[in-house]
Amino acid sequence: MTTTAIIGTFVVGFGVAFLFLGALGIFRLPDVYNRLQAGTKCTTLGAFCAIVGVGIAEPGWIFKALIVAVFILLTNPISAHALARASYKSGVRPYDGTVVDKYRELGECKEVGNAAETSEPTAGGEE
Amino acid sequence: MSLALYIVLFSVGAAAVVLCMVRALRGPTAPDRLVAVDGMITITTALLVLLGLFLGRRIYIDVALVYAVLAFVGVIAVARYLERGL
Repeated sequence: MTTTAIIGTFVVGFGVAFLFLGALGIFRLPDVYNRLQAGTKCTTLGAFCAIVGVGIAEPGWIFKALIVAVFILLTNPISAHALARASYKSGVRPYDGTVVDKYRELGECKEVGNAAETSEPTAGGEE
Repeated sequence: MSLALYIVLFSVGAAAVVLCMVRALRGPTAPDRLVAVDGMITITTALLVLLGLFLGRRIYIDVALVYAVLAFVGVIAVARYLERGL
């Protein structure tokens, strides 16, 4: 077993552990937004580490592996953003323990328009 | 890597996929299911590359790349559908 294979094995193990943690977050967390956060961040890091680890363990594959890894690193946050916006606009409310909902406050300000400027001190006072 | 190590890695990955699938089957709303399927797709991409290392075939990386591209387009399309309809 060469040195690169050992390092690649450790990186792949790290990545697969993070994949499992992301899936556990998707399974356990109470709300679609919490699930989205856990499922996106953990699986992005996990998939990146697993694929780059394969590239390290097999040095001839590093170029293609980096292409796949960078593609996942670029497109996973985009799809998560589209999913969060779609689920908010399709009427899924955050669960009862949510502390702050900036999107709703900003949306109300935009809908009310000029009247929001007068009510802004009260909104600031609530915080 | 030895065979036992591969068995451990694929078992953990399969457990992750099963957890996501339980959430996809049980999720109360449609965005829940879509989030679970999105996570399952990312895990499957990583496991495909790992399967390529296990089998010693380089073509599995191309399969993973095509799968990631198609999944990205699909998730964006379904999210757009949930947002404002087709």
